[in-house]
Amino acid sequence: MQLTQSSVGRKIIMAVTGIVLVAFVCVHLLGNSSVFVGANAINAYAEKLHSLGPFVWVFRLVMLAAFAIHIIFGIQLTLENRAATPERNVQIKRLKTGFGAETMIVSGLVLLAFVIYHLLHFTVRVTNPDIYVPLGDQGMVDVYVMVVKGFKSALPVILYLVGMSFLFLHVSHGFQSLFQTLGLSNDKSLPVMETVSKLVGVVLLVGYISIPLLVVFGLIKI
Amino acid sequence: MKVKLHVWRQNGPNDKGTMETYEVPNVSSDQSFLEMLDDVNLALAKDGRDVIAFDHDCREGICGMCSQVINGVPHGGQERTTVCQLHMREFEDGAEIFVEPWKARAFPVIKDLVVDRGALEKIMQAGGYTSCHTGGVADGNALPIGKDIADYSMDAAECIGCGACVASCPNSSAMLYTGAKVAQLAVLPQGKVEAHKRVMAMTEAAKEQGFGNCTNHYECQASCPKGVNVKFIAKLNREYMKALCK
Repeated sequence: MQLTQSSVGRKIIMAVTGIVLVAFVCVHLLGNSSVFVGANAINAYAEKLHSLGPFVWVFRLVMLAAFAIHIIFGIQLTLENRAATPERNVQIKRLKTGFGAETMIVSGLVLLAFVIYHLLHFTVRVTNPDIYVPLGDQGMVDVYVMVVKGFKSALPVILYLVGMSFLFLHVSHGFQSLFQTLGLSNDKSLPVMETVSKLVGVVLLVGYISIPLLVVFGLIKI
Repeated sequence: MKVKLHVWRQNGPNDKGTMETYEVPNVSSDQSFLEMLDDVNLALAKDGRDVIAFDHDCREGICGMCSQVINGVPHGGQERTTVCQLHMREFEDGAEIFVEPWKARAFPVIKDLVVDRGALEKIMQAGGYTSCHTGGVADGNALPIGKDIADYSMDAAECIGCGACVASCPNSSAMLYTGAKVAQLAVLPQGKVEAHKRVMAMTEAAKEQGFGNCTNHYECQASCPKGVNVKFIAKLNREYMKALCK
């Protein structure tokens, strides 16, 4: 009860689910980077994931739970925080906080929309029916071809660029924030973690958008 | 020098409030901001107009009474400075200056620039104390406390309870105030006894009083006239987790 209703308890829930989510985007990027090695590498990676069977679904359920909890508490806390300042000053000058920190709810909701689109694009496979080519007779899809064809039109590329820019904004505040929330910061480590947080955001941004951009520039091709 | 003031005027908690403009001639650059406001009020009183209500007491930067958002920053934005220690030489001749009260649900406006900060006292009442028998004065060194711990506690105890942390916070959270009070006592032997109960009671009281939740903007530290560090919020979070495990 304390944990799910109190101010600090919910903040801790945000931090812990945040760790799960940021760990996921890091591992997902590592997996994606197999596309740089070639078609066989990313298809072998996809096959390995599918061979895990029920574990895939356990993993998906854990991710879904973390994602849902993070969103629900995020919205709830944001609404409470807005209500705590019913009227704002005519002049407001911020000394420390940044654009990323002030727009967490916006970047979070954009990321929710992006994840839905991304799942429809590459997992449920409904947005672009023409990009899925079967691989072998096990019902697998050629992931390499799917990625290359998936980024052949402008709209998905733009949506991924936008989505990942918001991921950068969200992580650049969120990563250092979770250390502070879990009591792992002090006056010496906090400024370092703020820089590390932005770096993590940049690495994720560059890592993720490099795939559609390399497809656009023809460096990843069929 | 002369300045143009835009001052928030609000006749009571239920009044809508509005900004009013005052041209102030003959300002001395040696005056403090509050002395300049005193002159404005003298002129208003002479004209039989309603003077600007604002809080002040010691005018030495230690009591925590003055509470004005100046040009969008609580206490005016000069590092580690309360409004009463802000001087007119910090402003340019002919400057336009916006003067507003703390704005938060937990701090209802009483009049103009004066807000009711009783909500902070409610947080203190919930746990900002130690329950002990106060007999005769104990010997100074009867209870050994390391210098580093004493310094840490004193750094947290620098908080003067002005409420600038709340006023600067985009969420109107009082977590720096609460964190400073929790941390100050949690590291001392006298305070450790009730540490678990204290952190729960004080954070709960902050919520009940209508303050927002901390989302780590760190605006509070930047605008704190005593430079109270956000490491005390991290300390509060650690204390909270320890109490949860109890």
